[in-house]
Order: sequence, then structure tokens, then C-alpha cells
Amino acid sequence: MTFYLKNIFNEAGNITLFTLRFFKALTEPAFQFREFVRQCFAVGYKTLPLISITGFIMGLVLTIQSRPTLLKFGAESWLPSMVSLSLIREIAPVITALICAGKIASGIGAELGSMKVTEQIDAMEVSAINPYKYLVVTRILATTLMVPLLVIYADFIGVYGGYIGYNIHGSMSLFRYFSEVLEHLEYLDFMPAFIKTFFFGFFIGLIGSYKGFNASNGTASVGIAANEAVVAASLSVFIIDMMAVQLTDLFF
Amino acid sequence: METQPIINIKNLHKSFGENKILKGINLSTNKGESVVILGRSGSGKSVTIKCLVGLAKADKGSISIFGKEITSLNNNELNAIRVRIGFMFQNGALYDSMSVRQNLRFTLKHHTQDLAESDIESKIMEALDNVGLKESIDKMPSELSGGMNKRIALARAIIIKPEIILYDEPTSGLDTITAREISELILSLQEKYKTTSIIITHDMACAKMSGNRILILKDGLINAEGTYEELEKSKDEWVRSFFI
Ligand SMILES: Nc1ncnc2c1ncn2[C@@H]1O[C@H](COP(=O)(O)OP(=O)(O)OP(=O)(O)O)[C@@H](O)[C@H]1O
Ligand SMILES: [Mg+2]
Repeated sequence: MTFYLKNIFNEAGNITLFTLRFFKALTEPAFQFREFVRQCFAVGYKTLPLISITGFIMGLVLTIQSRPTLLKFGAESWLPSMVSLSLIREIAPVITALICAGKIASGIGAELGSMKVTEQIDAMEVSAINPYKYLVVTRILATTLMVPLLVIYADFIGVYGGYIGYNIHGSMSLFRYFSEVLEHLEYLDFMPAFIKTFFFGFFIGLIGSYKGFNASNGTASVGIAANEAVVAASLSVFIIDMMAVQLTDLFF
Repeated sequence: METQPIINIKNLHKSFGENKILKGINLSTNKGESVVILGRSGSGKSVTIKCLVGLAKADKGSISIFGKEITSLNNNELNAIRVRIGFMFQNGALYDSMSVRQNLRFTLKHHTQDLAESDIESKIMEALDNVGLKESIDKMPSELSGGMNKRIALARAIIIKPEIILYDEPTSGLDTITAREISELILSLQEKYKTTSIIITHDMACAKMSGNRILILKDGLINAEGTYEELEKSKDEWVRSFFI
């Protein structure tokens, strides 16, 4: 039991130091811009198809599932705005973040883990290249920037899926559907949900890098790093989400 | 001026947990000298040269390079020393997301800023020519054989024209002809640029050709020291057993 607790505190301490190192490295010059762009591209490219499919299905299914209930209350006209609200406020951010946790965090964990194990990170260090700056900072920044963009994309795809779902039984033009949605959408529906996605992105990059960078020696640890990265990143998404929702609830 | 040793290790200790690897190594090399380290697998040869570049932290003892005590340097000061050292990893450690060309270019560009594009290209070609692998310039590390990997790693270590080169088994896994070429290359670098080298090897032909002095590591200490000819005729049977 004490061993278990000691491990948790150790890990928490290490990850805090790792985070502090990120902010310190940010302030130092010689930012690796090209590597950053390359990572942004990798993040978007890897997840775009997955997010398109899941976003679309979420919007579609949610509409189909909600229709009977709303019909009962004779409130079918609320369907577009209600579905879009739950999509934009909660479902799209969380689903997108979970997909990124599965795809990106594990990818970063495995990539950095194998670089660590095959001494590539050591090779950078002896060439006086700061591996933290080159590998970690660029990846964390890339996920922090790209996850929010992917969420906005998922919002649109989800609403579009809702439109398709709506038209299975009803008939409404795409333009009408979108104006219906936008009419009921307020600044406060969108903004808190959007802000939390930066935190999702930050933690996905941070946890993936942390696990990979700290892989011990031996090829087995690469798999472990990737696996732990997914688990920890997914968990952190839910925890951040819970805190974000409570904070929003408190202040607005 | 008294000639000062380029590398001077005194009483170096290193352990991993309970496992004591180095128990007081002493080693000093002068400019332009090649020192070969022999020792059985797991005796701590790689750990010794990793301590030299700060990849492993020494527990006790002093390491001075170019007259600077590196155990007490901060990261920036350490990097100022590292750029003057070439390090060839035992398993190559090539960046596997980059092609051979990018591997060399990446190292070179971070080493010497604002090099002209044509200079970079000619340096890359020169380094590859030295290891006889010009035609592999656009291959990825995963497409190279084990020996080719080694030679590219060697090219990457020498491309920055370092004053010190640390070779971790430069000829292991190579056929005898290529191994001899690599040994000759090490020798010619030493003669042409007055490079100081530490060479870890199990290849006695390489040790004989490119080493001025041989040290044998045993139980965490330097057990024997001398030229190839001296050690070959050593009274100690264990030392002699390396030379069969
Ligand atoms: N990072 C590490 N963590 C724990 N133990 C290590 C580490 N690196 C090396 N060791 C231990 O140190 C000892 C010496 O390792 P080293 O790599 O220096 O051997 P070596 O002399 O280079 O052998 P070889 O000829 O097989 O390369 C080994 O027993 C190894 O288990
Ligand atoms: Mg070794």
C-alpha cells in the first residue's frame, strides 16, 4: 500500500517537473519551427478520417435517438438545436479528445519510447541538440494547437450528421438546418467547451511525451509506454472535462 | 608549456543501483593519441565513455576534458564541450525517421550554424565517401544492413571534424575487409587531423592497427595497460588470452 502511494507521488512529482521543463524550454530561443509544423501535420493527418467518421455518426445517431422523446412532448422542432448543443458543448470535444488520446498519445509514446531505447535521444544529447526542445516541446505545442481545431471540425461534421439524421423522417434544407442551429447557439455554449479543448490537447501531448521520454531500456518498455500513454491520456480527458464543466457551472 | 592530457579520468566510480560497474578507473590520453579499451562483455566499457560525455553521471571521481572538469558543468557548458567530441554508438543510434542524408545534415546543421548549402552537401558526401557508402545516401536506416548502419553512424560521428572521437565497437559485425578499411580510416583521421580517440573494440586487428596504447578493463578497474606488443607478451595469462 505504501509502495503504491509512493509510486503515485513519485510519478506526480516527475510529471510536474516535466511540465515545468516544458514552460522553461518555451522561453528559451531557437524554436524548432519546422519540426513543429511537421508534428501539426502528423496530428491532423492521422486523426482526420477517424474524426470525420465518428463525428458524423455521433450527430446522426444522437438525432435519431432523441427524436422519439422530443416527439412525445411535441417538441420536434427543438431537435436540431438540442442535438447541436449537446454535440458542441460536450460530445464532440470529448470524443475527439479520446480519439486523439488513442491515436496521438500512443503514437508519441511509442515513437519517443523507441527513440529512447535505441539511444537516439542520447545521440541528440551528445550532438548538443536539446532533445527535449526538439522532440517534446514541438509535440506538446502541436497537440495543444491541433486538438481544438479538430474539435471545431468535429462540431461541423457532427451537426451535418444531425442534418442527415433529421432528414430521415423530416425534411429541412441544409441552410435552414444550420440557421436553426446557429440561432439557438450562444457564445457561452461554445466558448467554455472550446477553451477546455486546449487543455485536452496539452495533456495528450504532455502525457504521450512523458511516457515515451521516460521509457526504461529494452524494447518491451516501448509497448508499455504507448499503452500507459493511452490510458493516462484518456483518463486525464475525463478528469479535465469534469473540472471544466464544474467551473463553467460555477461561474456562468 | 607542459603538454596537458586532453582526456583525464581519475578514480571514476559508477554504479547502477546495487550493481557496481566502475570502481576507480584512471585514464589519460594526450593529443593525437589513440587508446584502445578491451574488456569482456558487460565490463563497463560503454558506460565509461558515456560518463565522458555526460550521458551517464559519474558517482565519484573526476573527468577532465580539454582541461575542464565536466562533472561540475551545467548543461550549456557541457554542450560547448560536446560539440568538440564525436561519439559513435555501439548500436548506431541513427535517427530512424530520417534518411541517411538527413541524419548527417541534421547533426551538421546543429553543429555549425549558417553553413552554405553547397558546403553541407560536400561535407556529407565526403563523410559518406570515407565509410564507402556514397550510394546509400537516400536510404532510410531501416533499409540498411547492420554493418552499413555502423558505418553511417561512424560517418555521423566524424562529419563534424571533432577533436576527440569515441568509438564504441566500430568494427563489430563487419566483414574483415570492411573492418580493415574502418581501422585504416580511424588511423588516417588520427594522422590527418591529430584526432584523439578512445576505441572500444573486440577486434584485435583493429586494436593493433589503430591503437597506440591498450587498456584492459576487469572488475571495474584498469587491469593492464601497455602497447600491443607489450601486452601480447604479458606474464598474466588472462591478459594474454585476449591476443589469441
Ligand atoms: N542504464 C543502465 N541501467 C542499468 N544498468 C546498466 C545501464 N547501462 C549499463 N548497465 C550495466 O552496466 C554493465 C556494463 O555495461 P556496458 O554497456 O558498459 O558493457 P560493455 O562493457 O560495453 O559490454 P559490451 O561489450 O557487451 O558492449 C552491464 O552489466 C549493464 O547491465
Ligand atoms: Mg558496450
